[in-house]
Amino acid sequence: MITLKINGLEVKTEEGQTILDVAKFYGLEIPTLCYNEGLSRYGGCRLCLVEIGEEPKTKLVSSCTYPAEEGLVVRTDTKRVIEARKMMIELMLSVAPGSKIIQDLASKFGVKQVRFKIRNEECILCGLCVRMCAEQMDGRAIGFQNRGYKRKISTPFDTRSEECRLCGGCIYVCPACQLRCQGPDADTAVCNACLTMDPTCLDFHDELQCWMYDVGRCGTCIREKTEESNNKKRTQKSKQKEKNA
Amino acid sequence: MEAEELKVKSYITKYNNEKKALISILQEVQEEYNYLPQEVLKIVSKALGIPLIDIIGVATFYRAFSLEPRGKHLITVCLGTACHVRGGPKILEEFERKLNIDAGETSKDGQFSLETVACLGCCAIGPVVVIDGDYHAQITIRKVGSILKKHFKKE
Repeated sequence: MITLKINGLEVKTEEGQTILDVAKFYGLEIPTLCYNEGLSRYGGCRLCLVEIGEEPKTKLVSSCTYPAEEGLVVRTDTKRVIEARKMMIELMLSVAPGSKIIQDLASKFGVKQVRFKIRNEECILCGLCVRMCAEQMDGRAIGFQNRGYKRKISTPFDTRSEECRLCGGCIYVCPACQLRCQGPDADTAVCNACLTMDPTCLDFHDELQCWMYDVGRCGTCIREKTEESNNKKRTQKSKQKEKNA
Repeated sequence: MEAEELKVKSYITKYNNEKKALISILQEVQEEYNYLPQEVLKIVSKALGIPLIDIIGVATFYRAFSLEPRGKHLITVCLGTACHVRGGPKILEEFERKLNIDAGETSKDGQFSLETVACLGCCAIGPVVVIDGDYHAQITIRKVGSILKKHFKKE
């Protein structure tokens, strides 16, 4: 048995588990994209970043690949983690703005702008399809090619592969090319349409996650918001009355 | 084609059919054909038991390998930081004009391939141009024509 601390909570786990496994077991939410239970770990999307170690020597690691160690101190919702996560979402959004999954993530984490050139490439190189093909379908029909900015996923020689059985597993797991964002501003920038449909706390708890662990549903922040605006109106009215008098 | 197959197989048996020798085998193929033909890669894949896509991944990762036929002579222009500052892009343009091909292409007669490289590690003598393994230091636009003439006069 290993004992470690996640968000100040002392948790126990067995050897060989990753931080993500432990957090999931204890019900702590860590967002993921390139992680899939049935596939090997890749650590490519960097959404599952957590901060480990104690101040001032902390570092960010991907929780889906980092093994749980004895005495490890993990924090999943520090400012640094959330900022890094937002940046990753922003970068992925600039590559594949048409993806519903990525637009949803942007809404959920309050990413409201994309400061990078929109590229519409519809592939974020998460490698899910490659792993799906090789590990679950035993196909090995697609893989990574080239490197750097030319890196892409394709079949050998970009033609129909002899190994491919057209099972469609690669499309099934793809977060970028299958589900399309249906919002009004999809394909251009941050859509955030889903964001306005739901009451959320994002205006009030932008930097840190909601302390109620149930973002927006409790309605506290909306009440706060309306009360605040009411108060403002009231003070404005009283000021106007004073002026008139 | 059978003779070709035997030749490729001989490269593979030279390394005891070991998977870890993939890059060495690809290097031999590249040297022999001047590129990696599709058929040969398929033979290598079968003989070593490595999925074809993984071999393609390796072959496209390294600049030393090419999936398209390269020219007889390889001209590499350095565009690293030091060479870039000293006018590397202009020299590349001059080569493109003289050979009538773009960077990364091979001339129609299959004589020349023009490529760029990020740094060759000899920034002190930049801008550098490498022609078939011979280094040419401190190239200027004027020198481009004479270098080409000098190099390919013999033929």
